[in-house]
Amino acid sequence: MFEKILSRSQLYLAFFGPRKPEPGTIFLRQNRVYILPTRPGLAFALALGVMLIGSINYNLSLGYILTFLLASMGLVAILHTFRNLVHLHVTPGRAEPVFAGELAWFELFVENRSGYERCAIALWHGGKATLCDIASQRGTTVSVPIAAERRGWLAPGRITLDTRFPLGLLRAWSYIQPDMRCLVYPKPDDGLLPLPEPSGGSGEKRVSSGGSDDFAGLRQYQISDSPRHIHWKAAARGQGLQTKVFSGRAAAELWLDWNELPRDLGLESKLSRLTRWVLAAGQDGLRYGLRLPGVEIAPDAGAPHRLACLRELALYGL
Amino acid sequence: MASDNAPNAGIELRHLFWLLAGLALVVAPHMQRLPWWLNLIAVMLFAWRVYLAWGERALPKKWLLALLVAGGMVGVYLTYRTIFGRDSGVALLVLFLSLKLLELHHKRDAMVLVLLSYFLALTNFFYSQTLPTAALMLVSTLINSASLVNFAAAGRSLQANLKTAAALLAQAGPVMLVLFVLFPRVQGPLWGLPQDAYSGVTGLSDSMSPGAISRLSQSDAIAFRVRFRGDVPPRRELYWRGPVFWNFDGRTWRPGDVRPYGQVKFEAKGKPYDYEVTLEPHNHNWLFALELAAKVPPNAGVSADYVLLARTPVRNRVRYDMLSYTDFTEGSTDDAGELRPGLQLPASFNPRARRLAEQWAAGGAADIAIVQKALDYFREQGFVYTLEPPLLGRDSIDEFLFGSKRGFCEHYSSSFVFLMRAAGLPARVVTGYQGGEINPVDQYMVVRQSDAHAWAEVWLKRRGWVRFDPTAAVAPVRVESGVAAAVPATDPLPLMARTTLAWLREVRYNWDALANKWNQLVLGYNPERQREFLSGLGMSEPSWENMALTLFWGVGGLLALLTAWLLRRMRTADRVQRLWLRFCAKLGKKGCARAAHEGPADFVARSAARYPASAERIRAIGERYIALRYGAAADARMLAELRLLVREFSV
Repeated sequence: MFEKILSRSQLYLAFFGPRKPEPGTIFLRQNRVYILPTRPGLAFALALGVMLIGSINYNLSLGYILTFLLASMGLVAILHTFRNLVHLHVTPGRAEPVFAGELAWFELFVENRSGYERCAIALWHGGKATLCDIASQRGTTVSVPIAAERRGWLAPGRITLDTRFPLGLLRAWSYIQPDMRCLVYPKPDDGLLPLPEPSGGSGEKRVSSGGSDDFAGLRQYQISDSPRHIHWKAAARGQGLQTKVFSGRAAAELWLDWNELPRDLGLESKLSRLTRWVLAAGQDGLRYGLRLPGVEIAPDAGAPHRLACLRELALYGL
Repeated sequence: MASDNAPNAGIELRHLFWLLAGLALVVAPHMQRLPWWLNLIAVMLFAWRVYLAWGERALPKKWLLALLVAGGMVGVYLTYRTIFGRDSGVALLVLFLSLKLLELHHKRDAMVLVLLSYFLALTNFFYSQTLPTAALMLVSTLINSASLVNFAAAGRSLQANLKTAAALLAQAGPVMLVLFVLFPRVQGPLWGLPQDAYSGVTGLSDSMSPGAISRLSQSDAIAFRVRFRGDVPPRRELYWRGPVFWNFDGRTWRPGDVRPYGQVKFEAKGKPYDYEVTLEPHNHNWLFALELAAKVPPNAGVSADYVLLARTPVRNRVRYDMLSYTDFTEGSTDDAGELRPGLQLPASFNPRARRLAEQWAAGGAADIAIVQKALDYFREQGFVYTLEPPLLGRDSIDEFLFGSKRGFCEHYSSSFVFLMRAAGLPARVVTGYQGGEINPVDQYMVVRQSDAHAWAEVWLKRRGWVRFDPTAAVAPVRVESGVAAAVPATDPLPLMARTTLAWLREVRYNWDALANKWNQLVLGYNPERQREFLSGLGMSEPSWENMALTLFWGVGGLLALLTAWLLRRMRTADRVQRLWLRFCAKLGKKGCARAAHEGPADFVARSAARYPASAERIRAIGERYIALRYGAAADARMLAELRLLVREFSV
């Protein structure tokens, strides 16, 4: 009970933000926008104090005017800073899947329905800010980068919106926890172990030593290409690394099987290797299937198939 | 894009130049008073910073800056012999500000510079608080505040940021006014001021040597302003009494030891003139009043030789009410002790002048006859009244009386008093101002430094001290129309003193009147004026508690008004949306809140099902909202209908 009250209290929200993801469009009500002077703001106040004492001591009427004018400007700036942030609408947008170790970009649609411009709104996450300006009655899409460290679903957690506009002497801020998530695939390992041999699926045995049948051409070497398909002769001639592409391999069927991986390999390493294989097989245009304990995806090719495999890998065991 | 907002982010070139312009605006007025080497350093550092920024070169190393700081501080110390004075403090501020430019890496540094610039703008008021200074202050504050906006909103155009700063200052204006009027004033200083706090004011000095007053006459500065409550005395009666000199060492006149606060003895005839004097600060104790003052202002006294003396030197503009008789006889004592200093003469100086005076007195002539002889001598011997007299040697009076015969009022009064004393008549030199000009715009009489004058007083038996103006004997025009008409046309005088351009005079009158208004209303707003003003506004007891309370409510009220005004624009600008949200809120209060994912059609269907009695109206609202929002044929009539429906909607 106490915790419930606490979690709704202003002070709690001011320091920790909402505890749960907030579904739908988030509206920055007055009571969730906080404002305090910045360090330059405190220095400004201190300078004003000294200026006031100087004006009193030297009887400077014009000094009073300047001091009071600046003080009033500071007071007025409180209102301006506050209203620069308040009453914004933030709607979660897309978050494209990424591989672990990459940056996940969370798109937020920040909308300004009021009749004045919002300037220099910063969205902070993990010590990095993304700035945006929003004209009156317009919205803008802001992509907040968040490091995807582990596979699985990544939620952005607490994002801080803040602004120091117009004078930089005050900072208004608000916390949001948009209800959105980003799928993070396992990080492909950087091992050199090639793709496993296709296992005949549709009855057509692949002739590994042949090479005369389905050679389709050469293309630029890519990091996940099997070393067996590198056109070594060309490489020896100094023409750089090129990969031989075999069109006939599309017909071959490849099972990327969890059980065929070495037993002493850890779970994440297995998933990483399978991920690399999925990517490599997709690049080579192969038909491949994926077998995980309790999961089996029938051999297929194409982007949707690849994404389905990657999704299984990302969420396996979670 | 990322972390542009961080305090350690870099500064854009255009913002840097804007900042430099603002700082230059604040430093510039100080340059006329700073030592030349500091000006040179400041200009070089500004130029260096521009050069570095332009070529995107690296800023100098820290040790070089440390060296410059140390060198600059030594320089300031050697120039001012202190680093804690007012002038040296300003010099140090300018030095630090210029040096900080070369350490300007981040926004944080830039904001420090803006704060310094506000402070430096304030220090300019030590020297000048005129209207142009105020205007310059306003401009520099605007530019420097726009700098702050630049750093807070780096992506916007300079013009937009300037506009924002102007809007902020405009909205701050009324609040500032309330603060200015109601902030309880304290009569400063709170503690001792540095030695040099009041240097550099012009005015009469506490001694008189040849050339002192003629130098002063070349200044157009205002000595004081007078507002007469009734008649204005004729010009030839406008003798504003200042310091009186008794002791003469052959070259310089000095005050002598007069009892500081004596008893005024005089007999007056006629009606006194009633007026108010606003005296500019001159850093001496004397207060000027028309001869002869019949009243002593508060916090002042009167010396035995009829000089009004304030208890503390006049270091701020002061106002006092006065009452003066111009038709009077002054003094009645025949106290030899008092008259003896009026006969003192330096031994073995000016033998010819002594002989001449002794001749006049030899025949047992009446006192007044001796005086008349001296005045006739000035009138008849071809004396010239000029601002540019030749330099005089040891026996200055002999050389003047029998040689050059060219002099300014100090020469005439000094030699006249010398002659009188040599003839056995007690006499003294009186300095002050003679004349004054009524400004037709605000009817204030303006007395300038160029009206500075010196005359003489001679003790006549049974009449007391009587004023004689030997200058008037030589150049009667001086007393009738002022110094400009009396001196040769080639003498250097302030341009305005003898201009014949009517429009130029008109401009000056208006400007003076405006400056006077500024002085009286703004600069003269001291604790007494504040009490008067607030009582006039109806505050029954203007104690500081009452002022603070009113101040609190005044500022709070203004900010509340401003908030209301800003809030009006904070509402959802889209009127259709606003009505729809109001409708949703009305239903939400009844417990039928619209879910975040729910579109208007779904919500209308759901709530209509829940409240069958109001279903028709709910649907009508929904239809109109959807049509206005998404339909092609939306018009003002439909919006009006929606407004009416939503306003009257209730479940």
